[in-house]
Order: sequence, then structure tokens, then C-alpha cells
Amino acid sequence: MAGNGFQTSYANDKPPSSTGSGEAAEMSTDPASSSFFTSDFKRHEDLKAMLDSNKDTQKLEAMKRIIGMVAKGKDASDLFPAVVKNVVSKNLEIKKLVYVYLTRYAEEQQDLALLSISTFQRALRDPNQLIRASALRVLSSIRVSVITPIMMLAIKEAVMDMSPYVRKTAAHAIPKLYSLDPEVKDQLIEVIERLLGDKTTLVAGSAIQAFEEVCPERIDLIHKNYRKLCNLLVDVEEWGQVVIINMLTRYSRTQFISPNQADGQGDADRPFYEDSDKEDEEEEVSEMKKTPYMMDHDHRLLLRQAKPLLNSRNAAVVMAVGQLYHHCAPKAEANVMAKALIRLLRSQKEIQYVVLSNVATMTSRRKGMFEPHLKSFYIRSSDPLHIKLLKLEILTNLATESNISTILREFQTYVTSPDKDFAAATIQAIGRCASNIAEVTDTCLNGLVHLMSNRDESVVAESVVVIKKLLQMRPSEHKDIIVHMAKMVDKITVPMARASILWLIGEYSERVPKIAPDVLRKMAKGFINEEDIVKLQILNLAAKLCITNAKQCKLLCQYVFNLAKYDQNYDIRDRSRFLRQLILPGENGSALAKYAKKIFLATKPAPVLESKFKDRDHYQLGTLSHLLNIKCHGYQELPEWPEVAPDTSVRNVEVVMPYVAKTHHAQHKKKKETKSFYSESESSQEEETEDSSDEEEDESSDEDSGSEENSDDSEKDLSKKVSDSDDESDSDDDESDSEDSSEEDSSDDSVEKIVTPVKKQPKTKTKSATTTTKPATTSSADLLLDLDDLGPSGGSSVAVTPAGGDMLTPTLATGISNISIQDTPVAQIIPPSTVQPKSYELLNRMTGNGLSITYQFTRTVSVFSPKMVSIELKLTNNSDDTLTNIKIGDKKLQSGMEIQEFPEIGSMTAGMSTSCLIGINFNDTIQPAKFTICAGDNKHSVSITAPVGELIQPYSMSHADFNTQQGKLSGMNENSGKTVIGVEKDAKSICLCVHSVANVIQVPGSAENVYRFSGKTVGTGTMVLMSVVVTDDDAKITVNCEKMVIGSMLLKDLKTSIAKS
Amino acid sequence: MIHSLFVINNTGDVFMEKHWKSVINKSICDYFFEAQGKASCPEDVCPVINTPHHYLINIYRNSLYFVAVVTTEVPPLFVLEFLHRICDTFEDYFNECNESVLKEHYVIVYEILDEMLDNGFPLAVESNVLKELIKPPNFLRTITDTVTGKSTGVSGILPTGQLSNIPWRRTGVKYANNEAYFDIIEEIDAIIDKSGTTVTAETQGYIDCLIKLSGMPDLTLTFVNARLLDDVSFHPCVRFKRWENEKILSFVPPDGHFRLMSYHIGAQNMVAIPVYLRHTINYREGSGGRFDVTVGPKQTMGKTVENVVLEVPFPKTVLNVTLTASQGKYSFDPVSKIMTWDVGKIDTAKLPNIRGNITIQTGSPIPESNPVINVQFTISQMAVSGIKVNRLDMYGEKYKPFKGVKYITRAGKFQVRT
Repeated sequence: MAGNGFQTSYANDKPPSSTGSGEAAEMSTDPASSSFFTSDFKRHEDLKAMLDSNKDTQKLEAMKRIIGMVAKGKDASDLFPAVVKNVVSKNLEIKKLVYVYLTRYAEEQQDLALLSISTFQRALRDPNQLIRASALRVLSSIRVSVITPIMMLAIKEAVMDMSPYVRKTAAHAIPKLYSLDPEVKDQLIEVIERLLGDKTTLVAGSAIQAFEEVCPERIDLIHKNYRKLCNLLVDVEEWGQVVIINMLTRYSRTQFISPNQADGQGDADRPFYEDSDKEDEEEEVSEMKKTPYMMDHDHRLLLRQAKPLLNSRNAAVVMAVGQLYHHCAPKAEANVMAKALIRLLRSQKEIQYVVLSNVATMTSRRKGMFEPHLKSFYIRSSDPLHIKLLKLEILTNLATESNISTILREFQTYVTSPDKDFAAATIQAIGRCASNIAEVTDTCLNGLVHLMSNRDESVVAESVVVIKKLLQMRPSEHKDIIVHMAKMVDKITVPMARASILWLIGEYSERVPKIAPDVLRKMAKGFINEEDIVKLQILNLAAKLCITNAKQCKLLCQYVFNLAKYDQNYDIRDRSRFLRQLILPGENGSALAKYAKKIFLATKPAPVLESKFKDRDHYQLGTLSHLLNIKCHGYQELPEWPEVAPDTSVRNVEVVMPYVAKTHHAQHKKKKETKSFYSESESSQEEETEDSSDEEEDESSDEDSGSEENSDDSEKDLSKKVSDSDDESDSDDDESDSEDSSEEDSSDDSVEKIVTPVKKQPKTKTKSATTTTKPATTSSADLLLDLDDLGPSGGSSVAVTPAGGDMLTPTLATGISNISIQDTPVAQIIPPSTVQPKSYELLNRMTGNGLSITYQFTRTVSVFSPKMVSIELKLTNNSDDTLTNIKIGDKKLQSGMEIQEFPEIGSMTAGMSTSCLIGINFNDTIQPAKFTICAGDNKHSVSITAPVGELIQPYSMSHADFNTQQGKLSGMNENSGKTVIGVEKDAKSICLCVHSVANVIQVPGSAENVYRFSGKTVGTGTMVLMSVVVTDDDAKITVNCEKMVIGSMLLKDLKTSIAKS
Repeated sequence: MIHSLFVINNTGDVFMEKHWKSVINKSICDYFFEAQGKASCPEDVCPVINTPHHYLINIYRNSLYFVAVVTTEVPPLFVLEFLHRICDTFEDYFNECNESVLKEHYVIVYEILDEMLDNGFPLAVESNVLKELIKPPNFLRTITDTVTGKSTGVSGILPTGQLSNIPWRRTGVKYANNEAYFDIIEEIDAIIDKSGTTVTAETQGYIDCLIKLSGMPDLTLTFVNARLLDDVSFHPCVRFKRWENEKILSFVPPDGHFRLMSYHIGAQNMVAIPVYLRHTINYREGSGGRFDVTVGPKQTMGKTVENVVLEVPFPKTVLNVTLTASQGKYSFDPVSKIMTWDVGKIDTAKLPNIRGNITIQTGSPIPESNPVINVQFTISQMAVSGIKVNRLDMYGEKYKPFKGVKYITRAGKFQVRT
């Protein structure tokens, strides 16, 4: 019943602009509320009384009615004093409505609005995050310039808030404050900088939006956050994704070099995804001119992370990715977006309209991409006109020699459409096809001539205009068409068409010498009744005929000029005066008159019929400016690619300490982590190191998947909340727990599984390290075996493309912990990532008929199976021909060994190089894996032997664990030896030596000059322990491993490595 | 981004306005009315209108225009998509989104709008989060509120979804009967030319779900032939990487109705066309014309074609049609000149036919082209692409849910040129 009351009050609030009689009628039907309308004054009195009452229901009803007025756009400002009092109301709904009212009217009643400020200030410190957030929202929305300092303070506080929701609101408040007072920009930039560093997906989108609105020119603020943003991208909410991708597109344009500069043909070099060192990268940059183009890793990262978003349900996201690929991807890769954009054509007509206009621009430059989807642009009679026109444009752009016949057949049906605007546009489209594709010009011309006998005027007129343009391109051959058109001049009434015919006759009067003067005669007769545009053409015709055929036409010409002299339109009067001087000069004839013929009958360049959308492509696709083809307020130009890439190292985030994670480790991380959360009071210092370690993670590997990053963050939030003992945090915690468990339960056979555990790794490690390095690792060893059993069965169901594979591959060097915080961090730990992976030749280009293949061990967990060693093949086509169907053929393997093939490579053009991942399970032997590589019909036998150090993967453990394990593996399982140290004796070079030999991780230890490393074999998970004790001039090396062969070989390799310099 | 929103009904009445930044006078809508006046029908209004200082981005839905005013550069799709999302939210809350419903629930509408955008940028859009913040209208609750004198319409605590990694699902969902229903709906878009050959045909598919499961279920849906689907878009809950690698839909579902996935099978693939039309439409000078159309089933895989409706938009010069239908009813709208024939089921033994005369305005020339006939139909228990669900597994919860899958094929934009 209450609802009814509101409804009527809402309906009664109609302004007179609606139906005038309606109001009276409604009033009479509702006597209860009609009294409000007797006078505005009285109604408001009533509302005021209700607001002043001490019953919440009364107040609420009054507020609802007031909101009705606000919604309606009626003035309710005189209620301000009565409403603002209720800002302190305890009732949430009243409060909410008061907030809505305040934001609407505070600007008009600044003094009174100030009364409410203290309430918000109080609410900003409320324990409930929702209340804090909404207080900030209202405070920043009331647009009273006096309170800018208060707003500034509130924002600064809110960006430090525990709750990401409050931080998000703070991000929204920044542009509000900026629009109110642009003076505070510098302070706001500081705040934005802090928000940009925020790692929660909730905040990221809003922070970038604030950045875009306040300081889009400060691109330098993005550097440090670039990789994080890329990695978070998939997990940010849809709206944030759009903003971030658009910003990153602009960023890419300033920071990377054009991926298409190498060749304009669109057959861009396929970049490959290998990891290379920074030094390497810089070399590449300097040698860019000579070497084939190599895409910057960060550039690649962005493209790769954005690609899955093409499958978003949100059209804006898809379009954002589309424009990113259009503007920033190598041409060969841009095609991936075509399908997704075609899919959008099924959505609502408004979305279709925007997508089509963007497609139109794309097709004006790149035909190939949408050609396979030609039929998706066929026009349905039910499409709105603006969509029909856009589709027509696209079809015309896509026309090539091969498909023109189908397109023309389709156009034929459009011409008969009852919608005449559309039919006319179709004729123009036919004209453009005819002019662009020489083969069909004649067919089109005939068709158009046919259309001239159409009953509909506009169709005829349009055909005439188009024919004129076409004839102008090749006039010689078409005398009869001109004759035909001359005959039609009586029938056609559309001015533009008449003008076109006259122009044609004048221009080619020599080809129709008999008809032309006659046409002029007829035209002269009706001159005064013609439209201006036709009159001008009559003058033109007269002038031209007078030059070519003075005998017959001079008098007529004079007559026409005389008529024009007294025309109402000054253009026509001017033209006649001007022509007269040229054509019919008096006694003292002007100097130009001699050249009249040259002036009038010069060969004119044929008009170029091209897409209207051609000039739009300097606007960034998907923007409002592009759609409207005008520069909109606030549009950021898309910069041109720089010639030389700016320093790439700016995006590097400081390295703190290395930490090498182990996949299996994470299995039980949850328990550990929660434990440590509760037992540890988090100091801010720790958090900082944690941050940097996360960043390091980004830095050291651009292969992290986004989700990995994200869950890190959410976890962090959780941890914060827990430590804060916020009243809500419990439920949050529970939730994430249950989520975790569900994830673990479900994904046992998936690749994701492997990723999921890893993602939480760093934190775990952090915790366990900061507490007293508990010997938890032993138990994890057991679990690790379990996981192996659960792991993907031989990767049979997994077919991963190299790109996708990379994304999923957690680099082992990924997790970085802050072991440095340990009590006595004497032994320095050197990041293994500094070791340049060695490249081995698999197939020589001579033996491989031009195909050369090198391989290197990526030292990452294979995406195919945890038992496999991940190997990256780099294929280069050195021949002059295109190689096709490159794949792995027969395999000759020892028992127990397995190979996961790379997906077949369809073709490689000459000079192209590409890379792909394979996985080999060596079964912990150093037997070679033999197989054949097929390229087309050629087969090449090759073999890969893994150095023993590559059969190991890092396995982290504490110092204590190490000692226990080493104790167990004594006797037969211990190999030791001494060697002279050839290199410098500092920790760094020793570690480098070890890392270059074997894929292991350093164990934190306290003793100086003692370095310990641990790992496990990939195949069976056998423990491998190494220690190097450096004495004065030699080193004692000990290797403990159950598999004696591995142990002894490893020792040999280590010795050589340390001995040589 | 979005500065203001105006909701305008068919008669040009601006009946609701909401401003997220400073107030813009509703006179800005005059530019919109101007553009609307130029368009021949509501659908033809250009979605983006440029005015001297503002840009109007509008959508037309359920006879309502939603006009968003923006002042600065913004991706237009962002705004369009958001406006549609607003409508979807209203439909979610009130089951439909039209003028009377919006007016009836204006307080909730206003609260929703206020919550969805902050400073013109989306804040809380996920329906699950919104519904916890602002409760949907509910008769029972209205009564208890009135009796107890409290208002429970808005929530005082932040919904957990807003902060979680899965904002689409709230915690603590409980059902007595745990059920999961999947509707696989495929729509055929086709253009058939005069001679009956297919000019272009595409299939657009959707998987709409109704999930009523307690707790935090983690579902995996596998297809028998997932390779059929070459272009897909997902609800954010679907784990994309598993789809990419294994062609498995793995997700923690939202609660209630939602669209899990939509897919598109492009014009390159063959599509079975389930119906054909035999038609003779001709006009004679002076006397009008003849109209004779028969509908028949084509490739229906043994299923019955139901709910067949033919829509024939006649040229403006046609005054009236006098037809006799062997089955079903027909109607002719003299204003829009659209003849609608509601055929119903196609009986293969006796094909539905409609024939009769067309009356043309005297003196006007005979139309030069025949109308394009729009066809609607439904075929249940069949997905035209042949897609088939293999199995649905649930992890993370102990109970056994009731599962159901339904296949429907229907006409999308199915046009026959005559």
C-alpha cells in the first residue's frame, strides 16, 4: 500500500511538459495526494512536517517522495534544510536517500551543505567499510569548493584504507576533486601514484581511470606498474579492463617500436617468446636496424594477456582488445580479433553500429582480415538504415576481383529495396566497386545504365551521378552512354543528376557534336526554372560549346549569359560575368581569353572513389572521436611509434632477493599460510618487502599468469584483514578458504592445477621464512609425489599452443621470497635467472634443407606434465621457399621416456623464425631422445640429450632440512671432490657456476663460504643436494643423490665449471 | 565518463533523470528529439549524437530511450554496453523494464542507479552484489517492514561478493532441492533468396542456465563435440584457460539465471535450414496482385517445426490483403502494412498455405520488388549445430544435484527474399 502511494506521487509529479490534460485527470483520481498540488508551498510544508517528525516511517516516506521529485527533474531545493538534518539518521535507507538528495542539491546550497560535513568526517572513521566508502562518495560528490582541503585529506586517508572497496571509492573521488579544483593536481598525482601501485583487481581499473582523467600525460607513472597491470588484466572487472587496455595501447605506442616496421607487406616476422637477458635486449635495440625485428617482452606480454579477453561477454572489452591489436600488434597477428568482432554483430543494434563503423575503418586498410567473413555483412531488410549503410561500406571495402561477382549479385537485390536512401547508397557502392576493380567496370556501367530507366527518381539520379564519375575515368569508350544520358535529360528532374549530365555533355561535347548544341538549346529555354547547381552547369556547358562549336552556339551562349546576369543568385551572376570575359571577350580582350580552351577543356583528373572511413584511421579505434570523426574533448592522440625504443629497463622493478619456487610445494600452503597469518603480526616493513618481492616476480618472469598475481593480492587483503581483526574479515576468510578447497578438488586433472598451487607460493615461503623456518618441507615431499600421480596423464588431453603454454608455465624462478629478512643472512643468494640458458643445435640448416632448429632448456615446469623437461625449440627457415607442415614424426624412445610434441606448424615463409615448446620425460637418464622432424616430405632424424643438470628442478628447503637430508644420503650416495677455483671466489660467481650447470636453488645458510643447493630430478623426484665449500684456493664439492650416476656426473660437471674461468 | 542519464518514453516525456556529476539541464534532450524526428522509426535513431558541448549516447529498449550524456572522450561501446547492463539489471529486479515498472519502483531504481555508477564510472554492477546492497521488491518483505516499522531495503554491510575473486556468487547459498538446468538455444540467421538457395546462414548459440545449488559448487560441463564451436564468449565465471586447453567449461556458477556462454558458428560452416517457403507474389497493373505462400519442413532431423510465424512487410502502396489460410490466423496492420500469419505447427501431411488477393492503391504504380518475408519458428529437442552435452560434474559439494539439459533451435533473423 505504501508502494501505491509512492507510485501516484511519482506520477503526479509530472511537469506540464507531458500531457497537459493528464495531470488534472490523475489528480482527480487520487484525492489523497491531490492536496499537494493546490500549491507548491503547501506540499512542501507537508513534506517538511514529515521530515521533522520523529517516526522513521514518516521520514522515509517523505524522502521517497522527494527522491521522486529529484528523479523527475523537479525542483526540490527548498527542502534542503529539512532534509540535511536527517543526514544523521540511523535508518540506512533514509540515510541513503538523504545522500542521494545531498549530492544533487549541495552545489546550490553550499552554506547549508557545510552543516553535514562533520557527519561525513565522522563516518569516514567508521569501522564498517561500506559506511566509510559511502561517506567518501558523498563528501567528494557534493561539489562545494570550500571543502576541497577536507576532501584532499579524506582521499589521502582513504587510499591507505584496509578495504579495497574504500580505496576504489577514493580512486573515484580523485577526478571529482580535480574537476572542482585543478590546482591540487600535483598532490593528486602523488595519490594516484600510490593507487597505481595497488595490487587488488578491484582498485586497478578505477585507479587507471583517475590517472586518465587527471594526468594522462604522466606516462612515466605507468612504467613500474606496467607488468603488474598486464598480469592483472584478466581478473580486473570488465569496465576496468576497457580503461586499462585503452591506456596501455597509448603506452605501447610511446614505449615500444613498431612491430610492422620491418616490412610493409603485412607478413611480419613472427616474434618468439624466448627469455633473454637484459643485456641482450639492449643489444637488440641498438642493432634493431640490422637484425630482424624482435618484439619487446613487455609488448608481447600485453598482447598475450589481452588476447583471452576477446572472449569476453562485454562488447566494450572485445573492442578494446580489438583496437589494441589493430594499433599495436604485428599485422599477421591482428587477424585474431576478426572472429570476435563478427560475433559482436549479433548483439544489440547500437553495439552493431559502433562495431561496424570500426570494422569499416579497419577494412579500408586491411581487406584480408574480414574477407572470410564477407557474408556476415550481408544486409537484412530489418536492419536500421545506419547499419545498412555501414554494412554497404564494408562490403565495398572488401570487394576484390575474386568476390566481386557475389557482391554485385547481392547489391542487385539491394537496389530494388523499397528503402530508397538505401538503394541510392547501393548505387554509389556499385560505382566504387566499378572504379576500384577494372574487370567489372563495364558490367557495372551497363547495370547502372539499366537503372536509369528505373521508375524511382532518386535511383535514377544516383545512377547518373555515379555513371558520370565512372565515365570520367575512361570517357573514350562510352559514346552511346553519353547519348543515352543526353536523351534522358528531359525526364530527369533531380538537380544533381541533371547537372551531372550537362557536365558530361559539355566535357565530351566533341564525341556528341550533334546532340550537344541541342541540349544546350533546350536548357536555355528552361534556364530560369532550374536549380542553382543546374544553372551553373548550363553556363559551363554553354561556355564549353562556345569554344568548340562557336558557329552554332555563340548566340545561345550569349543568351544564357544574359539570363544569368540577372539571376537572383550572386554565384551565378559572378560566374556569368567571369565566363563572359573569357569566352566572349570585347575588343580589348583579356589576356586569358586566348587560353580559354586550355582552361575549360583541360583533361580533368578522374575522381577517386574511396571509403569515407579512410580519413578516420588517425583516430584511435573504438573511441568516440573515431565514431563521430571529430576530435572530442579530452581525446588523447595516439602517438606514432618511436623510432628507437626508449629504455626498457624503466619497467624493471627492483630485485630484492631470489627465490626459486617448486610447484609441488604449494600443495599444503594453505594451512601453513593461515597459521603464519595468525601467528605473525605483520609489520609494515615486512609488507614492503613482500610487495617488492611480488614485483620481482613480475620482473623476473613475464610468464606468470594473471590469476597467479591476482590471488596473491586477494590473499594479501585477507591477511591484512585478519591482522586487523575486522569484524567482517572472518566471513571473507572462510569464503576464500572454501573457494580454495573447491578449486583444489576440482582441478586435479588440469594444467591450471599446476598453476593454482604455485600462485600462492611466494607468500607461503615468505611466511615460513620469517617465522622460524619450520621443517615443513619434508612433508611436502610426500605430497609432491601425490600430485605427480594426479598430474595430467602424459599430457594426452593437453594440447597447448606455444603462446598459451607460455602463459601457463610458471617459471621456476618465479616465486621470490624475502629470505633476506632471516636472522643471519650471511650467505648471499644469487638469482638463478641471471644464467643465460645455453642454446644447442638440433638441426643444422644444411642437413635440414634450410630448416634450422636450436633448442634450449627453459628451466620451467613443463606445461604438459610435471615429469617432463620443458624445452623450447626455435625454428628458423633459412631456405628461400616456404616450408609447410612442420611436426614431430616417428619417435625412437627408451622405455619410460615420453615426448609431448609441439602443435604442427602450418607453414613458415622464407626467413621466418618461430619457437615452440616441447616436453620430454627423460626418465632421469641421459639417454638421448631420438625422433624425426618432418617438414613437408622431408624427414630429419634428430636427438636431444639433456645435460644431467637439466634433469633437475629446484626444490627449496631450509638449512636444517638440507642437513637432515644430506645425512640420509651419505655413503654410496655421496660423491665428493676437490677442485681449484678458476673464477673469483665471491659468492656470486660460485653460484653462477652452479646455476649454469644445474637447475637448482640455493639453500639459505648461515656459514660463510659454504654454498648449498637443492633440487629434485624431474622424472622421479629424487632428491639432489649439492654443497660447495670454498677454502683458500680450492673448493670442496659434495653431491648427494640416490642415483649414483646422476650424482657422479653432476660432480664432474660442477668441477669443470668451477675450475674453468 | 557517464555524466547524466535521461530516460525518455515513446511520447517524448523525460520521466527520469539521474546525474552523477554536476547537473545537466534536461533541455539537452532537445538535440535528441531533433535526431529522433529525422529518423523514420525508433530503431533508426543514431546511437551517438553529437551536440556542441555534449555527446548523447542512447539505446532504445522496450519502447524506452535511455540517453546517456557524456562530455569527454569515452569508448562509445563502454557506454552502450553499460546502458544495456542497466536495463538488464532492472529486468533482473522487476522482471521487466518498462515505463510503468520504472515509475512504480522509482526509489529502488534511483538507488540502483546511484550504486551502479560513481562519478560516472561503474562501481557495483554485478547483479549478485547489487541485490545484497539493495533488496529487490518483495511483497512479504514490504509487509513485515510495514508491521515492524523497520526498513530492510538496503543493506548496511558490504556484500562479500564485492571483494571476493568471484563477485558473481555470494556465500551461504542454501537450497532444499539442488538443481542445475541448462538450456542450449540456437538461433539460425539466414538469408534465402528467391530461388530457395541459401545466401548466407549462421548459427548463434547460447547456453542459459538456471542454477540453484547450495554452497560453492564447482561445475564442469563437457561437450561431446566441442570442436564445433569456433568462436565463443563466456560469463566471467568460466575459466578460460581450461576451455582453451581442454575444451571444458569449468566454473563456479552464479546463483540463479545467467548466460553461461554464447557461441557463434560462422557463415563458412554448413547450416541445416529447417523450413522452406514456396511463394508466388505478383502484382498486376490496376487490379492489385496475387499472394500465395506455402511453408514446408526441410532438414528438421525428424522433429516438428512449431510456432511458425510469417511476417510480410508489404510496400506502402498496398491498401489491404484478403487472404485465406489453410491453417492458423493472419492479420494485416494497415498502418505498418505488415501481414502476420501465425501458422503454428507444420503438419507434414498437409502443408500450411495462405493465398489471396492484394489490393493496391488505385493510381499508384505497382511495386517493383516483392517483400522480404521474415520467418520465425521453434524446434525443440534439437540443436541445429549438433552440439551435445556430454556430462556435468560437480566438485566441492557433497550432495547430488538434479541436472537437466534442454535443446532448442529457433529462427533468429531468418529472411526469405521473394
